[in-house]
Amino acid sequence: MGDERISPLAGVPAEPGVPKPDAVLAVSGVHRSFGGLQAVNVDRLEVQRHTVTSLIGPNGAGKTTLFNLLSGFDRVDGGEWHLNGGRLVGISAYQVARRGMVRTFQLTRSLARLTVMENMLVADQANPGEKLRGALIGGWRTAEASAQVRAIDLLARFNLDHMTAEFAGSLSGGQRKLLEVARALMVDPEVIMLDEPMAGVNPALTQTLLGHITSLRDDGKTVIFIEHDMDVVQEISDWVVVMAEGRVIAEGPPGSIARNRAVIDAYLGSHHGEAAS
Amino acid sequence: MDLLAILRDGFLAMIGPVTAAYAISAMSLNLQFGYTGLLNFGQVAFMLVGAYGTAITVDLGGSLWLGIIVGIAAAVLLGLLLGLPTLRLRADYLAITTIAAAEVIRLVVRSSWAEPFTNGVFGIQGFANAFFDLSPFPGGAVYGIGSWLVTGRRLWLMIVGWTVVLLVMLLIRRLILSPWGRVLRAIREDEDATSSLGKDVFGYKLQSLMLGGAIGALAGVLLAIEQQNVTPDAYLPNVTFILYVIVILGGAGTILGPIIGALTFQFVFFTFDAIMASAQAEVDWIGNLLTPAEAGQIKLILVGVGLILLMIYRPQGIMGDENEVLIDGR
Repeated sequence: MGDERISPLAGVPAEPGVPKPDAVLAVSGVHRSFGGLQAVNVDRLEVQRHTVTSLIGPNGAGKTTLFNLLSGFDRVDGGEWHLNGGRLVGISAYQVARRGMVRTFQLTRSLARLTVMENMLVADQANPGEKLRGALIGGWRTAEASAQVRAIDLLARFNLDHMTAEFAGSLSGGQRKLLEVARALMVDPEVIMLDEPMAGVNPALTQTLLGHITSLRDDGKTVIFIEHDMDVVQEISDWVVVMAEGRVIAEGPPGSIARNRAVIDAYLGSHHGEAAS
Repeated sequence: MDLLAILRDGFLAMIGPVTAAYAISAMSLNLQFGYTGLLNFGQVAFMLVGAYGTAITVDLGGSLWLGIIVGIAAAVLLGLLLGLPTLRLRADYLAITTIAAAEVIRLVVRSSWAEPFTNGVFGIQGFANAFFDLSPFPGGAVYGIGSWLVTGRRLWLMIVGWTVVLLVMLLIRRLILSPWGRVLRAIREDEDATSSLGKDVFGYKLQSLMLGGAIGALAGVLLAIEQQNVTPDAYLPNVTFILYVIVILGGAGTILGPIIGALTFQFVFFTFDAIMASAQAEVDWIGNLLTPAEAGQIKLILVGVGLILLMIYRPQGIMGDENEVLIDGR
């Protein structure tokens, strides 16, 4: 799928930390340890705009920790990262989202006792009624109505538009995943970070989700997603970043990664270790 | 045992000004707990601050109206002070801090050190004359039909109290049905998800705590005016827990729940009380078994049993939505 179009990353060498022609996100020297464990230690990592970049690696490689750091849910011990040239270090999670980088969670977080529509509307950024003063004065219904139109559009894309009045908590697990992605899009981010969107999803829905992810890229978003399954990664990524023990050990187009010695060691090495124990 | 008289007394207690004050305080707690998910276990402190702010201001020569403003402003400040250090932490920190702060404030007010202002354990009396001067009803006159009577003083308190209930209810309704209220409910469901959507969760929680504090103070002011009396030992932690009972009984996270809860609680409480008192006086074997004071305690046991039954058979409370409870098992 990735090779049906001319990749903007053609000609970029497949080596860790390589600069990209048009990086939307640039990470340098970000590190974080928990006690004696160096969970994340990324010297350089750039993410090309309008691509699907997947982040893979064995369990405990630091993928989710890196997501948490970049999205403001955890504090770095040092280092910095820039989104569109703007420095994001030390700002809260909500400010990261407002700057245009929204993440989802590995364990789906639906706002259970809000309806599907309310889940979507919470993610709108432009409603004056979300301020205490605006709520008291009123006059937010125009903004609300246009947000609803946008929400219905997005929900229709994920086949959830017939359930707007249901409580999010009453949806199936797969529907909740879709709702979470739709809700993240409602923020209208430039970069969307998906933490294992395929985990615990049945094969049919996996295909649907993969289709959604590539269509996000085609709509001009940049997608970064964490995944375990190499086949899934091969199918839709423009670029693959491999982490192990907190570091980026390899990156490159999907084809090159499968042949990479360091990756095979990191994956198979750990698998051998697990099998032996 | 005159059942009709008991029900009449229960009804008159139910519609009284104390119920109105409890309804207001429960609405404020519902904003914090029912809608935002904040565990404020020190609601009584906000009521104390409102009441004492009013009484001390009048005592120092200010007007009652200035006193009410001072009391409410002090409660907003208290919300800020309690919220700033705790609202970034996990929910239980606010719970621990508020319950401790409420007791600390009561003990400070009670201490000999604060006596020049608070008059210690004796409290402050007779500061609300300006309120009763406005009453169109002569204080001693009685109004009503047959034996269903209230004094003019009480009627004036009831009219003002329930008007405030209505206004607070309309205010909260407007806020909760707005996008602002939707963000509060989202925070109650999942703070991290809400901040991942670009919402300043800390700021919203602080607003909820401070606004709720102001409304709680208003309830404290009304209660203090009703009694023309503030004493520190009227603000024990059990007041907060009675308010939680009222909120959960009526239905947490509903607009009318706290009002219905307050009415129900007061009616049940006073009716049980009267039934136990007359049974103790009139039924021999109960009279032999229990002293009047012990009979008075039985009502608390009965209220507890009633609540347990409610939680088993109607966990969402009187006004709550059954479907919401089914979802809760996340």
